[in-house]
Amino acid sequence: MSKRLPQVSGEWIDRSQPIAFRFEGRDYSGFVGDTISSALMACGVKVMGRSFKYHRTRGVLSMANHDVNVMVQDGARLNMRGDVTPLEAGMDLRAVNTFGGLAKDKARILDYLSAFLPVGFYYKAFHSPKFLVHAWEKLFRALTGLGRVDFNAPRIKTPKQYDFTDVLVIGSGPSGLSAAISAANAGAKVVVVDEQAGVGGWLGYNRGGQHDSSAILQGLLKTIAAQPNIDVRLSTIASGYYADHWVPLVDAKRMTKMRARAVVVASGAYDQPAVFRNNDLPGIMMASAAQRLIYRYAVQPASEVVVLAANTEGYRTAVNLHNHGVKVVALVDLRPEGESTPYAGAVAALGIDILVGHCIYEATPTSNNDGVRAAVICPRNAEGVVDTTVQSVLACDGIFMSVGWAPAAPLLYQAGTRMRYATHVHQFVPDVLPAGVFAAGRVNGVYDLTQKLKDGERAGQAAAAHVGLGSGPSVSVAPEAVSPSHPYPFVDHPNGKNFVDFDEDLQLKDFYNAAQEGFDNIELMKRFTTVGMGPSQGKHSNMNAIRVLAKITQKPIQEVGTTTARPFFHPVPLSHLAGRSFYPERLTPLQSRHESAGAVFMQAGAWLRPEYYGAAGVTREGAIAAEVQAVRTGVALIDVGTLGKMEVFGPDAGEFLERIYVGRYSNMKVGATRYAVMVDEAGVVIDDGVVAKLGDNHFYFTTTTTGSATVYREMTRLNTQWGLNVGIVNVTGSFAGMNLAGPLSRKVLAALTSMDVSEAGFPYLAVREGDVAGVPARLMRVGFIGELGYEIHIPATYAAHVWDEIMKAGAGFNIRPFGVEAQRLLRLEKGHIIVSQDTDGLTSPFDAAMSWAVKLDKPFFVGQRSLKILNEKARKQVLVGFAVPGSYRGPALKESHLVIDGQRIIGRITSVAFSESLGHFIGLMFIEMAQSAVGSHCKIRVDGKLVEATVVKTPFYDPEGARQKLEESA
Amino acid sequence: MPLRLLRFALNGKHSEPRMFRNHDTLKSSYDAVIIGAGGHGLAAAYYLARDHGMTNVAVLEKGYIGGGNTGRNTTIIRSNYLTPEGVEFYDASIKLWEDLGQDFDLNLFYSKRGHFTLAHTDSAMRTMRWRAEVNKHMGVESEVVGTKDIQDACPQLDMTCAGHAPILGALYHAPGAIARHDAVAWGYGRGADQRGVEIHQRTEVLNIDVKGGRVQGLTTNRGYISTPKILCAVAGSTPRVTNMVGLRTPIIIHPLQAMVTEPIKPWLNTILVSGSLHVYVSQSDRGELVMGASLDPYEVQSTRSTLDFAEGLSAHMLDMFPFLSNVKINRQWAGMADMTPDFAPIMGKTPVEGFYLDAGWGTWGFKATPISGKTMSYTLANDRDHDLIKSFRLSRFAEYELTGEKGAASVGH
Repeated sequence: MSKRLPQVSGEWIDRSQPIAFRFEGRDYSGFVGDTISSALMACGVKVMGRSFKYHRTRGVLSMANHDVNVMVQDGARLNMRGDVTPLEAGMDLRAVNTFGGLAKDKARILDYLSAFLPVGFYYKAFHSPKFLVHAWEKLFRALTGLGRVDFNAPRIKTPKQYDFTDVLVIGSGPSGLSAAISAANAGAKVVVVDEQAGVGGWLGYNRGGQHDSSAILQGLLKTIAAQPNIDVRLSTIASGYYADHWVPLVDAKRMTKMRARAVVVASGAYDQPAVFRNNDLPGIMMASAAQRLIYRYAVQPASEVVVLAANTEGYRTAVNLHNHGVKVVALVDLRPEGESTPYAGAVAALGIDILVGHCIYEATPTSNNDGVRAAVICPRNAEGVVDTTVQSVLACDGIFMSVGWAPAAPLLYQAGTRMRYATHVHQFVPDVLPAGVFAAGRVNGVYDLTQKLKDGERAGQAAAAHVGLGSGPSVSVAPEAVSPSHPYPFVDHPNGKNFVDFDEDLQLKDFYNAAQEGFDNIELMKRFTTVGMGPSQGKHSNMNAIRVLAKITQKPIQEVGTTTARPFFHPVPLSHLAGRSFYPERLTPLQSRHESAGAVFMQAGAWLRPEYYGAAGVTREGAIAAEVQAVRTGVALIDVGTLGKMEVFGPDAGEFLERIYVGRYSNMKVGATRYAVMVDEAGVVIDDGVVAKLGDNHFYFTTTTTGSATVYREMTRLNTQWGLNVGIVNVTGSFAGMNLAGPLSRKVLAALTSMDVSEAGFPYLAVREGDVAGVPARLMRVGFIGELGYEIHIPATYAAHVWDEIMKAGAGFNIRPFGVEAQRLLRLEKGHIIVSQDTDGLTSPFDAAMSWAVKLDKPFFVGQRSLKILNEKARKQVLVGFAVPGSYRGPALKESHLVIDGQRIIGRITSVAFSESLGHFIGLMFIEMAQSAVGSHCKIRVDGKLVEATVVKTPFYDPEGARQKLEESA
Repeated sequence: MPLRLLRFALNGKHSEPRMFRNHDTLKSSYDAVIIGAGGHGLAAAYYLARDHGMTNVAVLEKGYIGGGNTGRNTTIIRSNYLTPEGVEFYDASIKLWEDLGQDFDLNLFYSKRGHFTLAHTDSAMRTMRWRAEVNKHMGVESEVVGTKDIQDACPQLDMTCAGHAPILGALYHAPGAIARHDAVAWGYGRGADQRGVEIHQRTEVLNIDVKGGRVQGLTTNRGYISTPKILCAVAGSTPRVTNMVGLRTPIIIHPLQAMVTEPIKPWLNTILVSGSLHVYVSQSDRGELVMGASLDPYEVQSTRSTLDFAEGLSAHMLDMFPFLSNVKINRQWAGMADMTPDFAPIMGKTPVEGFYLDAGWGTWGFKATPISGKTMSYTLANDRDHDLIKSFRLSRFAEYELTGEKGAASVGH
């Protein structure tokens, strides 16, 4: 029975602050500083969870988040690790993954069915007969998973933080603190992180040693307190290692992204379980867990125990237990040679039986499986052979294991460290470390306290030297004399239940069986057995799996190797990774005008654009039709400020444009504009716009809204290669743009400018620089929507003023704003394409019926080679206009409806709309060449029915373009 | 409880034989050698032996069975592609998938979940409709659905995506499925092994011997093998192997990353993909949410993970499912995707006689495992490209005859 001890020096709990909480519907209390598990242990609770597969009872194993035996849920907070989660007042906790509560879990029957469910059982059944597969899957899905998500839980937005330091030390045990001090003494700025709530690591709970560990810790802390260059951060997990010493530090509140110049990994080692029958019963735990319970939380972990040891640590634990009132029934030492340090004598002197060369053959459960009742001890020889004919049964309520360690090396692996298996310590240690990464202490195979302090000092000096401080390591470290880890702490048992992986309920025989089936290399074994794939990521199981496989295959452990360690070290909440979640959202300077005019917005890349302007009692279609009508018959204004806007200057400006666009620009006159098409190296259309020549060495041009950033990036990339004498400026955000369109637009503009806006003074396709409403402006006569119109570009800060003045000047002409949908219809009536809507990832300018825009005889342009080849090839398809008879009354045609000929797809609609001006559906479609002649008939599949359409000439509206060049009306 | 499991309990000894034998030595010659023991290579070996009677075949693998992209992908299986050639090919794959577990007598956890590709913009809606129209024309179940259908299938989804990207509709593909990826490689491996094919793990190809434009054999770390036919099925390592025979391909290697949460009780029963948010997600039978995003935007030949990826994907996941804030990411990883310019694979014969390519699998290779094995085995056995893969031939790039799948393959693997 576990219980709270009288005050233990250095304990982390605050006895003046009791905390009430609930677990599985019952009331308990603990103290501030407790974890969930320590508080429950202090209350005498033994069973704290059920295992994933067999639903066996489980209690504390590591007290260190190296297992998930104690995994609990409190409302929306799920999959909390009881061993390390601080207790909070009012917690209402339940074990995850039970059916009807922890004690009466209905799924516990699976433990009795386990013989039917050997490793990989699910691959061997449930797939036939086929009609039952779904039912089996439903059953699996009902049983699987751990915590339960609360769908009403609110989104948590945690801010992120960025930080930097010279040296990041991971782990605040003796080697980590020593490394921090020596690096700081060399002049480095040092940050030390430790996932624990208290500093000191092993120094804080291993008290049985020949050193006074408390005194050493106090000494280190005193030095650190006097060293302003050291910043110690507790309850902070170094969650991964990414390229260039980029380490996310995760605490309860946030993720801090730390960029260090050097990293010292002093992360210690994980205590590893011995594998014997029923080694997972509540009450059986790591010796380090027992000591953590005593010294951190003042909890006596059991009353009568057997210590299973294969190292000095086990002996020290026995002394510590005895000193805190626990009766140590026996110390069972797996090693035939026993303990060589004076601890053997110290333990014997306490009257504790030491059984050298013995093992625990099995643990006997209590009648209701809520704990251990006895340990069955057998002799075990140097070859690991157990003599089961000689058994002694020792009554106990706890078994504490200290048989070996695995390095806490995931970050080292992630950094690219090559590890080797060192037989003098029977563990993997760093062999070749990457530049700027250092290891110290247990993770480096150093266990003796004096040597650990030296190893830390050495690593700290080396890290400082790496960042250019100090003269490098000046201390040498002596290797361990005796291995702290047993090479094979396994005991076979005919009835199994000797667990290697507690997360996944994997027994020793599962590994034998997996190997027998051919999964006899470590990666395949991992995938077949799922060892190490649970929430604790193999911290307590991977090393043992490697040991078993080496034994099975009779290979050295070095050759067996390890699986790949990937982030994260401990799992990280989505909220920490997501942070506050920023979205770039671009608004034009006219946003407020759109809002007050009732705009309904749509997304266009990162931009928000008015789709149309709504009004009470007007449908979307009605609003769009009215906007079209205004452009066709009166005057209207659209915000086109989202277009990409670029300027190129310099003697090579014309040449530059010749190279990036398919058309010709060198012969343009100042004051003229020209349509421009851009293709990629494969000859595929990627962007279009209008180029305006403002001066001999000065062009201003537009790109598509979504293409601006890419086009600018590509232009600068290309000119890095070309080295042309041009300056390229992306002025997309600097200029606002609006298109004043409609037959009355000239009248409105004339009222606001001193420029000559007559057809002669400012003809179609001209560009002029002048003033509008007192603001310097660039104006282009463009033809995208097919009416008289002026695209007005002005500095963004004046946009609202100019918009307002135009609206005022146009009030007498019933001016109104119009949105993207109306513009789309207007341009369609003119047969103008929208790149990426009427083109796709393979469309050449020839396919898009824009051969006229391509000047293949230029010396060079991007995509020229491809276009020359394509020009010689028979064309498969081309973009044409089509019309559906006005008599058609069926469902609306939509973009992407297919053109069908018999069983074949011969084309596809890219744009379609009902044209009020023409009284029927019009659109653009790709169609095979053979069917593309004007006047050809084709069939479009609309909602399953074929609709007759005719290929027609574009533009659909005003084919002569008379309206764009509208003369001054009387 | 299926009867099959009874014998495990009744038999004292585990009675299962090896799935694949170990071979101490390589033979000096084989009728064909397959480089790469991933799903594709093993599937080709399986069908070569089963359908074409070629059993004197070796599969060479530098690492271990299924250790490349077969074991790294997010296991989504679908056929709702964009080009008629693509749809026909992947649909043939689905038809094989549906009976594969029974063929192998191995549970592949093939689970038909339905697959939604969410559209957040009107241009995405156009692409969805395009795919749906082509799919339906080819007889593949595919439909553009509205927001109500999406909510019915996944009531937990925030339809506004945190207000940033309201969902307008989706492409729904009922046959969309997931499967246990490793088991697919094991099933093909076991089937090939049983029929006499030799699988050699930890066997690296160092050089390929080509004389007079014909494959003669190859050198491995375990010695020379002569063979008239070599199939290269090595995904991210393709450029290394094609360099050995002097073959140029337009393949560029990009990392493709993925991650999983800890197990949680299953609640997500469909497969969801959002192109705008760069998310695809399903929930495995272990209860983990399996997630991916788009390719890393640069060429890197490595399987290292980045923090950016985990941050970006997490943010988008919470936009869709804000209640997952407390759920933790357990593990992230990466594979090397062999990308092609048109997002379609490169399959079939090459200018080097006897050298066959099964490559360019970018982010779409897993679902094609059965059909690629089937068609490549035919191509190898008959020295003639199978009809289904003709539009995936290598020469299409020089001929400007691309098979444009970008609209269907770029995010929604």
